[in-house]
Amino acid sequence: MRRVAIIGVGCTSVGEIWDKSLKDLAVEASLKALDDAGIENVDRVYIGNALSPILQYQTNLASIIIDSLGFNNSSSILVEAADASGGLAFHEAFKAVRSGLIDYALVVGVEKMSDSKPSEVASALMSFEDQDYVAFTGVTQAGLHALLLRIYMEKFNVKHEDIALFAVNAHKNASKNPYAQFKNIIRVEDVLKSPLIADPLRLLEYVGISDGAAAVVLCPLEKAEKFRSNFVEILASATAVDKLFLTERDDILTFNSTRIAAEKAFKEAKVSPKDIDVVEVHDSSTIAGIISLEDLGFCGKGEGASFVSQGKIDLNGELPTNTMGGLKGRGHPIGATGVYQIIEVVWQLRGEAGKNQVDGAKIGLTQNIAGLGSSAVVNILRVV
Amino acid sequence: MSKISPPRYWREAKYRYMLVGSRCLNCGKIYFPRRSICRICRSRKMEDYKLSEKGIVESFTVIRRNPPSGFERNVPYVVGIVKLKDGVRVISQIVDCIPEEVWIGMPVELTFRRIREDGAEGIIEYGFKFKPTNQ
Repeated sequence: MRRVAIIGVGCTSVGEIWDKSLKDLAVEASLKALDDAGIENVDRVYIGNALSPILQYQTNLASIIIDSLGFNNSSSILVEAADASGGLAFHEAFKAVRSGLIDYALVVGVEKMSDSKPSEVASALMSFEDQDYVAFTGVTQAGLHALLLRIYMEKFNVKHEDIALFAVNAHKNASKNPYAQFKNIIRVEDVLKSPLIADPLRLLEYVGISDGAAAVVLCPLEKAEKFRSNFVEILASATAVDKLFLTERDDILTFNSTRIAAEKAFKEAKVSPKDIDVVEVHDSSTIAGIISLEDLGFCGKGEGASFVSQGKIDLNGELPTNTMGGLKGRGHPIGATGVYQIIEVVWQLRGEAGKNQVDGAKIGLTQNIAGLGSSAVVNILRVV
Repeated sequence: MSKISPPRYWREAKYRYMLVGSRCLNCGKIYFPRRSICRICRSRKMEDYKLSEKGIVESFTVIRRNPPSGFERNVPYVVGIVKLKDGVRVISQIVDCIPEEVWIGMPVELTFRRIREDGAEGIIEYGFKFKPTNQ
């Protein structure tokens, strides 16, 4: 098995980008990543996207995007796993380079949501769950998060304020990320006074509708020096699954896929949670972010909210978390999110995170999940 | 949600009208929704199993914004996790009460209701919901 490096990264701004299509976004991010690496062509393109068959009525994305890039002697594949599509596309590319099957891989995650009405997006997002038995009830993704939030607050006797602080940190970090969608600074009172979308979950605790694309270029570590001096090594990339139905899980407040993928990743990387300098977790809601911190092993079960309220996730805290805004602040372009997380950790490790730079960051972790954790991918990166 | 095809609707009708899941004939584990292989013992011998019609609310939410297509006219509506007497959990709408009247631990029972209408020409879908148990 070979060691694998990330030699180029690039992304579009996240937001409602009216003048760019799905293809435009994917091409813009890809060209930026290829230019950052200083490479013209790759052996294979891995595309992460979830909603284009529903929102654009467009299938065959592997061909659509590689054709737009004009790679006539390469090949491509689409990886779809709800909002873990980008993370799993990255994982598949990593395995192919690691095994020696290919040398140069481009991973591009892309999503275009703003062309559709909010009810169409809500329906499309419910396709992450079983259509016949979960979407059928009329519950929304926000509603599923709300069911967890209510149980969490009740079981651990946690104040809503402490959970809401996760979104405050997200917006604060997003305010200094030029690519982020939600740059407005918010206070905890703003979160708790924002409209209820699915009781007890409030508007400012939940992700919005986002367009965006993010891309990275991978190659064997021994070839990385040809391209740049400060490249990043992928120490581990691990995946796991959990029961699809929340109602079937033994502990509804544990994302088992995250827990297992994290255990595998820490073992593979030969590091522990204490060694992680920056982390990007999948905060599709405040409560999802908090449960993720727990299941990654950064704090105990039920301790996530106090971990946040003690300031440990701040940029100058013990574990700087979602340093460029996370899903809540940067935005959550579904199939692109997992690749944005990789890029943000690469910026931190290369010392290119601007006003959000964490001094001396050497090792970073990303966690990307499908829906409420039916699949998870955990990646650990280190600067070389 | 696009138009539901009649076969897709009818093949789930029995299970969704009467709350029928699966029971493993080898180890006895009960599942909802129905499945072909037992998670516990990997047995493929499963039978239809009519679930208990009574349970309690374990968690609930009120959908107030951006409902999926077909549910716009229901807003605000309550969706909860109901734990049935036989130990199985289901996600379901909770009806015949206002959101403020729902509480964790509230006893509820099965009721057969209209779920959504698919425009003027589509199928009118029916299925399970839960309502407060009269004590």
